[in-house]
Amino acid sequence: MAGSKEIRTKIKSVENTRKITKAMEMVAASKMRKAQDRMRASRPYAEKIRNVAAHLSFANPEYKHPYLVKRDVVKNIGLIVVSSDKGLCGGLNTNMLRLSINQMKSWEADGKAISVSAIGNKGFGFMNRVGANVKSHITGLGDVPHLETLIGTIKVMLDAYEAGEIDQLYISYTKFINTMKQEPVMEQLLPLSGEQLGSPKGHWDYIYEPEAKPVVDQLMMRYVESLVYNAVAENMASEQSSRMVAMKSASDNAKNVIGELKLVYNKARQAAITKEISEIVGGAAAVA
Amino acid sequence: MANTVHIDVVSAEASIFAGEAEFIVVPASAGEVGIYPNHAPMVTSIKPGALRIKTADSAEETLIFLSGGLLEVQPGLITVLADTAVRGHDLDEAKAIAAKAAAEEAMKNRGSDMDYAKAQAELSEAVAQIQAIERLRKTTH
Repeated sequence: MAGSKEIRTKIKSVENTRKITKAMEMVAASKMRKAQDRMRASRPYAEKIRNVAAHLSFANPEYKHPYLVKRDVVKNIGLIVVSSDKGLCGGLNTNMLRLSINQMKSWEADGKAISVSAIGNKGFGFMNRVGANVKSHITGLGDVPHLETLIGTIKVMLDAYEAGEIDQLYISYTKFINTMKQEPVMEQLLPLSGEQLGSPKGHWDYIYEPEAKPVVDQLMMRYVESLVYNAVAENMASEQSSRMVAMKSASDNAKNVIGELKLVYNKARQAAITKEISEIVGGAAAVA
Repeated sequence: MANTVHIDVVSAEASIFAGEAEFIVVPASAGEVGIYPNHAPMVTSIKPGALRIKTADSAEETLIFLSGGLLEVQPGLITVLADTAVRGHDLDEAKAIAAKAAAEEAMKNRGSDMDYAKAQAELSEAVAQIQAIERLRKTTH
């Protein structure tokens, strides 16, 4: 009976693990619904501000914002990496970081310098490990993304762009497609391209109150911020659904393992009983 | 049918108001601006204050508190892009510096300038909030 006790302990421990993964699965499922709602709530703003920005890029104010001007020589590139704060969410961060690092390698091969801004713990840790030039980072966002907490990190990159320290700005995050499918993507933030904004329906210029420059400046900054906020909101929805799927498969695996272990345990028990009976029978036969 | 214009009030985190309005008053950076339907296209920034919307179906005005943002006016459509956070140039700068400092893992003491800027922005927001409440009280009594 030596083996059966060990098997029993093993079963107990797998059962405990399954309880945890099951609980995490349910927590992630409820958080996912909220994260999706938040993601949808941020869409109207993004759409409206994109429309206004599109009008502006086609209207001809006396002032052209630097975000709209393409630079001929691209030497330095900025990258905002959006990742999750916590792990146990399947291949979410790994896939996104693989995409980022591959792109970074090809940029480096072209002789371009890269500076990184990290949103989320996982991306920050990774970028530090690979020795990237991390300019700013924000971690511990919690479950609800707030624009307020992101402003600083974004501004560091925008300032660098305006100062000419970087010539292009990209963002990589995990796009939420549906509950089962999330895709790592990398998008260009700056300079803003006309195609990205879409063309406006009519053509006119605005009255700028009090004048064009500060208003356009503010608008462009808000636009980029809303893009980053959107990316973070999508990334959070992706994180929760990815975690839910990962935890569900972990729970299923635990169930299988428990089944197998129970089979082994019962066999061992049966073998022990059979052995005992044959010993008794053997003993009785010897006496008679 | 009264002459109305569609108005959308949205922030990055949520959609706040959508509907038809006869008249609105916006706290623009250069002073309060009243807008009727068929206004010329205009873009302006908003300072902290109360946005008043006179809707077609109710005699009372709807009050929405804004901590800043942008206003876009087209003849048939008004869009208010509201900020969700208290903003200010110094404040944004301070946040950028904080994010940088965190990356460098340098434990710097926060300067008093930054606290002052933050207090100022919070104060102006609080004042605007009080004004909005007062106006709301007047209309309800």
